Amino acid sequence: MIRLPEPCGPLSEGVVRALRARPDGPHAVAEPRAMGDVEYPLTDRDFQLALWMLYELHYGGFEDVPPEVEWDPLLIVSRAALERTLEHAVRRLVGPVSVPDGDITRALVKLTTASGPSEVARFLHRRATRAEFCSYLRERAVYHLRESDPQSFVLPRISGAAKTALAELQNDEYGAGEPSRQHQLLFAQALTSLGMTTDLTSYVEEAEGATLASVNVMSLFALNRRLRGAAMGHLAAFEATSSIPCDRILRGARRLRLPEEVAAYYDEHVEADAIHEQLAIRGICARLAEDEPDLTDDIMLGALACLAVDGLAGDVLLQGWQADRAERTSREAG
Amino acid sequence: MKRRVSVVECPGGPLLVRGADEVVSADGSVAAVERSVVAVCRCGRSDRLPWCDDSHKDRAKRKKKRAQES
Repeated sequence: MIRLPEPCGPLSEGVVRALRARPDGPHAVAEPRAMGDVEYPLTDRDFQLALWMLYELHYGGFEDVPPEVEWDPLLIVSRAALERTLEHAVRRLVGPVSVPDGDITRALVKLTTASGPSEVARFLHRRATRAEFCSYLRERAVYHLRESDPQSFVLPRISGAAKTALAELQNDEYGAGEPSRQHQLLFAQALTSLGMTTDLTSYVEEAEGATLASVNVMSLFALNRRLRGAAMGHLAAFEATSSIPCDRILRGARRLRLPEEVAAYYDEHVEADAIHEQLAIRGICARLAEDEPDLTDDIMLGALACLAVDGLAGDVLLQGWQADRAERTSREAG
Repeated sequence: MKRRVSVVECPGGPLLVRGADEVVSADGSVAAVERSVVAVCRCGRSDRLPWCDDSHKDRAKRKKKRAQES
């Protein structure tokens, strides 16, 4: 179990206060007034941190927070209010969703092939310093230390061939019968090899709002049954845009002569995600759309949301690195 | 129980193979299958043959291949 992160504004303070309240007393609901101040939810760290903590209750939970709090009705009310704002922001960012002829396989292949090379992966491949590479790992730790966990919540919510394909994909993510091959553990080993902590809270406390948003969107889709189509579309887009970037990041790790554990994590994902892409698009999404045609647009929404929100998180990182470099240059010149 | 081996075609992409023990390439080299399902490259552009590495989607590689062929 992990410790509660330090809050960074009125919403996350409200959640921390509520989580630390006596288990038998009523829990405070995050103030709706503070919610009104959230102008850009997708990059608002306070907003995303508040929601991240409420979601974490459904994953590993926190030290010193009683387990019953997971289903505290008042906290569920708070979570739902934050989720509505997040969902609205995601839908606005994505814009109108359409699947020509209802052919979800073709739409997903086209979307993920046209998405172009990841600028972040290109930067890590050719230009990043060791410090910049490590700062990338710190941001990504928020997801990778919990890699694939959100999608596991979807298993009981789908059926038939789509369920079998999701189970097959998740089995690979969780080490295919070999605990030491779990992708989350491979990432933790990469962090350890660089002398970095594996304490998730430390990374959450430093993460950008958009990074937290990219993880919260997965929980939003996976923890709301009505959004199960979006959860699977998100997974498909994630996997289908992962192999080539992972190959570039792997080359970046080798260029910087980082420990083999770092390379091993990305090396595994080049091959695994090329398989997972096919499983997710053809095995899961196509079959899900066949079984439940009403979910077709939601599958596409999830895929578009993945590319848009992860793209936003990537832009924030690139801008940060550029700003840091500019500052260093001007300091050295001055 | 008899083990089932299956091959699934992914148009424009690899073959998904389940239940195989090894993939033998044209030059005779043998790649052991170490996953329950593997993606076998069909376009020949992969840097990790016989496995798919998504190079069929890499625009730069597609261009290079076309240039080599013409």
